Amino acid sequence: MTSERLSGAHLLTKALAELEVEYIFGYPGGSVLDIYDAIFQQDKVNHILVRHEQAATHMADGYTRATGKCGVVLATSGPGNTNCITGIANAYMDSIPMVVLAGQVASSLIGGDAFQETDIVGCSRPIVKHSFNCRDVNEIPNIIAKAFYLAETGRPGPVVVELPKDILNPDIKVPFVMNKEVKIRSYNPNVKGHSKQIKKAVEKIINAKRLVVYTGGGIILANAAEQLTALVERLNAPCTNTLMGLGGISGLHDNFIGMLGMHGTAEANKAMANADIILALGARFDDRVTNKVEKFCPNATIIHVDIDPTSISKTVNAHVPIVGLVDVVMDQINKELDNVDHQPSKDAFKEWWQEINQWRKLNSFSYEKSADVIKPQQVVEAVYKHTNGDAYVCSDVGQHQMFAAQYYPFKKPRQWINSGGLGTMGFGFPAAMGVKIAFPDSHVVCITGDGSIQMNIQEMSTCLQYNLPVVIVSLNNRSLGMVRQWQDMIYGGRHSSSYMESLPDFVKLAEAYGHVGMQVNHPDELDGAIKEAFAIKNRLVFVDVLVDENEHVYPMQVRFGAVDDMWLKKGVKV
Amino acid sequence: MRRIISILLENEPGALSRIVGLFSQRAFNIESLCVAETDEPSLSRITISTFGDDKVLEQITKQVNKLVDVIKVADLTERPHIEREIVLVKVLAMNNKTRTEVMRISDIFRGDIIDVGKQIYTVQLTGDEDKISSFISILSNETEIIEVVRSGTVGIARGEKALRA
Ligand SMILES: Cc1ncc(C[n+]2csc(CCOP(=O)(O)OP(=O)(O)O)c2C)c(N)n1
Ligand SMILES: [Mg+2]
Repeated sequence: MTSERLSGAHLLTKALAELEVEYIFGYPGGSVLDIYDAIFQQDKVNHILVRHEQAATHMADGYTRATGKCGVVLATSGPGNTNCITGIANAYMDSIPMVVLAGQVASSLIGGDAFQETDIVGCSRPIVKHSFNCRDVNEIPNIIAKAFYLAETGRPGPVVVELPKDILNPDIKVPFVMNKEVKIRSYNPNVKGHSKQIKKAVEKIINAKRLVVYTGGGIILANAAEQLTALVERLNAPCTNTLMGLGGISGLHDNFIGMLGMHGTAEANKAMANADIILALGARFDDRVTNKVEKFCPNATIIHVDIDPTSISKTVNAHVPIVGLVDVVMDQINKELDNVDHQPSKDAFKEWWQEINQWRKLNSFSYEKSADVIKPQQVVEAVYKHTNGDAYVCSDVGQHQMFAAQYYPFKKPRQWINSGGLGTMGFGFPAAMGVKIAFPDSHVVCITGDGSIQMNIQEMSTCLQYNLPVVIVSLNNRSLGMVRQWQDMIYGGRHSSSYMESLPDFVKLAEAYGHVGMQVNHPDELDGAIKEAFAIKNRLVFVDVLVDENEHVYPMQVRFGAVDDMWLKKGVKV
Repeated sequence: MRRIISILLENEPGALSRIVGLFSQRAFNIESLCVAETDEPSLSRITISTFGDDKVLEQITKQVNKLVDVIKVADLTERPHIEREIVLVKVLAMNNKTRTEVMRISDIFRGDIIDVGKQIYTVQLTGDEDKISSFISILSNETEIIEVVRSGTVGIARGEKALRA
């Protein structure tokens, strides 16, 4: 160990460098100027200056979802920190690891309503996995190590580290001591499934007649997509993904029956409703999946694998609960399958597949094209075509999000990046920027809407500064489409505040920020425009696509119904 | 159903607020809450008296357990256990008759008069929740109650079972 003495701010940057942090997304202010000075004096950790702290959190989040590496945010005390709240909540809801370095006024001022003092630990308490009040300069490296460890292990999530200004003081120098092997006696995240439960689960699986494998974001977080695919193939079972779980198995795989839930396919929701055994892997029976819980799959035996015991039997009762890391548990299931006498046959679900294939024929994603207006679905299909299905697709929240999830089959995990749990408008664009930083040579597209894009549009300036040529494809329906859809379906078509009657000229706006803007409004121009947008490699392109403002997202579950009570189209129920 | 939840957790700033926050955030009930350091100064012990059906209780214990500071959680009401609460009751004792009555009732409940003023008696009593509630209600039939301070329930499992790190 070197005897070099460092100030708190330098301890912090050194600790981050030791943990191989490449990027910090942040915004300076009084309480963190010492940290900014320390960042300036080193070259291992790069700082990305955003235009709004919320965007910093979403950038870190997008970076993490694409790479699997924990993102880091830095914000100043008071407004800087409170601007991070939405992004912290967003990460929390989707179990995304994140470390938020939150500046704070000097310890001696805390509690006195000092200038730019907010209790960020208190404000964020319900939306973090854990938080630290750092009070001693010597502790900084170890607290940082703990913060990363907590954020990344078990069920991942955001961790806030509050750093009062006095412990960053450049004149107070102490030796750097960091223990990278973190042990926390009250926290033991590496859980294997209980062997008895694994046996029980396998017995159910091999005796199933109508098995469905239902998987969520847990598969993506655990990097367990290959394992999942192998298990599904071994059993020859149908597999459905949640909105968060898309890419867990290839969207083109024969055994994939589509997304389930509110806007899922008929075959996925029907299969769930008719299943005898549901194998839930890293999914949490969210209300956007189950529809009315009391009516959810009444005849199914549910095997629920999740790292978080609180997710099990929270909404839907699990018959075979298994607490454990989903990749570890899948290994255990595989080993147990090797041990059983009667190996599951590929034909075990022959009749089940025949039934499912009938539902597939309902063709629930069919839509009618028009000669004069562009349909939003068509745009997503064009994006798929011109990115060869290989792009990172980051979405905002609304109808366009659902169209993106439905019409862009994801071949790989981490390719689909969206705000599932919190449904945060304004997430998509900064998330795409975070992905682009990690993968500058890949296509990164933000599929957004005229409402959502305006919630973080200022980041076009950041894109110019750091040369982040993402492609923004805005499905511009001149309205808060998803709100309007609900108003059409539930509120007698009264469009209360769902119009955006004063939209800016997005092309000029993009140009004003130094980027390329394009507008498309005729179906005949669509393909060419999307092709052109993705051919421009070194500049951000904003494609403003004027789409049919009356289009609704279908299928859609009937409110308060069973999982498979759904509208296939306007007026057509199944 | 009423339950007594025992929590062993790190004795650190913020730990208590996480517990209390969790209960309000998830709409769990708190009837009473007691917290203090244990024999091992790095640990605190919290006893929460709450109510809810089995499903709610399962969520409460799981959610509490999930907090990073929490080392162990037990539902004491699942097994034989002992519950105690302490109460301090200040009553009006204006004349001999009430004074005698207050002393008599306190005796029956094995309470102690711990402070005596010109017109005031303060009684201390320990027992489980039921005993304390009935003590207060009987006292209130005899005289005017000026102040009641209940500590909230603490509890411990019977026999060898113990909640330790
Ligand atoms: C921050 C935030 N505020 C409000 C909402 C509620 N909301 C959900 S979708 C939606 C409309 C989104 O409009 P737009 O981005 O244009 O997408 P569209 O549905 O038209 O495709 C709104 C307001 C939200 N999800 N997030
Ligand atoms: Mg819109």
